[in-house]
Amino acid sequence: MKQKDYIGIAALTTLIIIVPYLVTNDYYLGVLIFTALNCLACIGLCLLMGYAGQISIGHGAFIAIGAYASAILTTKLGWSPWAAMGFGVVTVIFVAFFVGIPTLRLKGHYLAMATLGFASIVHIVSVAAVGFTGGPSGIMNIPRLSIFGFQLNSDVKFFYFSWAIVIAGLYLAVNLIYSRVGRGLKAIHGSQDAASSLGVNITVYKIKIFVLSAIYASISGSLYAHYVLYIDPGPFDVMHSVLLVTMVAVGGIHNIWGALTGAILLSLLPEFLSFLSDYLQGFGIRYKTDYDTLVYGAILLLIMLFLPEGLFDGLYRSIKAVFNLKNRLMKGRSQGAV
Amino acid sequence: MDQPAHILSDILQFIFMGLQRGSIYALAAMGFNMIYNATGIINFAQGEFVVLGGLMMVTLSTALSLSIPVAFVLTTLFVTVVGICMERFTINPVKHPTVLRLIIITIAVSIIIKGAAMCLWGKNSHFMRHFSSSETWEIYGATILPQTIWIIGILLCIVAGYIFFFNYTMTGKCMRACAINRDAARLAGINDRKMVMLSFALSAGIGAIAGIIITPIIQMDYTRGALLGIKGFGAAVLGGLGNSMGAVIAGILIGILEAMAAGYVSSHYMDAIALIILLAVLFVKPSGIFGSAEAMRLKEF
Repeated sequence: MKQKDYIGIAALTTLIIIVPYLVTNDYYLGVLIFTALNCLACIGLCLLMGYAGQISIGHGAFIAIGAYASAILTTKLGWSPWAAMGFGVVTVIFVAFFVGIPTLRLKGHYLAMATLGFASIVHIVSVAAVGFTGGPSGIMNIPRLSIFGFQLNSDVKFFYFSWAIVIAGLYLAVNLIYSRVGRGLKAIHGSQDAASSLGVNITVYKIKIFVLSAIYASISGSLYAHYVLYIDPGPFDVMHSVLLVTMVAVGGIHNIWGALTGAILLSLLPEFLSFLSDYLQGFGIRYKTDYDTLVYGAILLLIMLFLPEGLFDGLYRSIKAVFNLKNRLMKGRSQGAV
Repeated sequence: MDQPAHILSDILQFIFMGLQRGSIYALAAMGFNMIYNATGIINFAQGEFVVLGGLMMVTLSTALSLSIPVAFVLTTLFVTVVGICMERFTINPVKHPTVLRLIIITIAVSIIIKGAAMCLWGKNSHFMRHFSSSETWEIYGATILPQTIWIIGILLCIVAGYIFFFNYTMTGKCMRACAINRDAARLAGINDRKMVMLSFALSAGIGAIAGIIITPIIQMDYTRGALLGIKGFGAAVLGGLGNSMGAVIAGILIGILEAMAAGYVSSHYMDAIALIILLAVLFVKPSGIFGSAEAMRLKEF
């Protein structure tokens, strides 16, 4: 880990500790908890997309598997939530492994479509297998999480818990990026042939990172089930997988901090838009929540056309450019004086 | 002794249903192939063209009560213009395209079209009257809608037009040249950017026609794009990506398998069949049943 990553994690931790003192409204805390869950999935997806260069439009499926494992095992078999979450992770490891082996041989468009197809199949099963998943009416009465007898029964407690997991996941991911594995992954992204000629076992690396990113998604799903206490197939459709890709792409594919930024911004966007709509109403413009999809698409398109490295990188560069300009102007002035 | 007759009527019924749905997948697959041949891009917004065609047709023929042929032509033109706009404003300006970036751009366009369709047409599904009568005919115990005959007829017309266009017109031959080797085509004086635009226009137009002809049967709503698109892609891959005649056969095959799955297994899992076929083909033989593995290796992804 580099110094700026330590600073970033420290800053994020401080922010997390402060936020519940500023945001006391349970609704907004809930939004921030969903933000944390999206962040967790996006960190994993960023490892796969940004660092290994393999696109997946199927991570919603892993979230669904994690969520359904938690829901089914705790409500129908009476498992403890932690054991259920662990079982969800193990299931996802197996599924990701067996889906990953044939899928990751594919490249580019084929990989994108194969993962999209996989996500659609999981969604169809979650709707159709009524006896198992409860079908469209879903599963109710999922128990809350508790840590050593300490129940996470308020939004503030769950907020701290979910973000603690995000920070742990982030710490792990950042460490991974600067390890031998991380460098190997970047090499694969650059050129698969070159990487393999330098002794990187590309198949093993790709499958490992696919499984790891699926684990992030699975834990995010389990946490979702234990926070909302009710799940149905609705939130796990293909659109959710696409949304995750959008978050990572908007923030910046090639940077884990970018992915985090994207996840936070896009998770908060609907709230921002509804806030904006009150403001716009003063001008006689009526904004409806139906426009949200359109706004998501437009943001994604604009970012991809004009800032292909994402918002985070764009921001970083513009700050750098301003500093450079300032330095040059200062230098120019001092030279002029001489 | 009516058992064989029963089986015959069942099989006929599956074939009719398969032709009805499969034609739509075949048309969507042809749209995928056209853009893929010209640019190497898989257009994730292909399914949205189909939806847009269906919804626009409903508006023109029901709300504005235009006659079916007029509405048909206007809708196709409208979606074609959408396709041209997509190419001009989102694909053409990209100076350093990478596969990942192009995929995300077409996904962004599909989200925008979906969002716009939701705002304009609302969330409920839309009904449309059949082209001719909606009374079924009975053939050997199987029933068929006149609309199915329309669908098959229009598919055949498009296939004939496609063959004529790409084999006997200058523009079609130029497009084929671009598909084979873009640099060589440019050296021969073909304006390749124009061909790319044309491929988006044609692909959008074909998508629109698919949407128009299926809407009387399935009732269009704004969410259908993703699944229609991915099933169309399944047909394109099964037929060998880039091979449009293969795509037509593959599309109809997928339609018939889907109809059989709905009849013998469960209608809930019907939608999964096309996806399972897609995954199976991608895993086992990504070049498809009519494509060649050698040609596949030379293509870029």
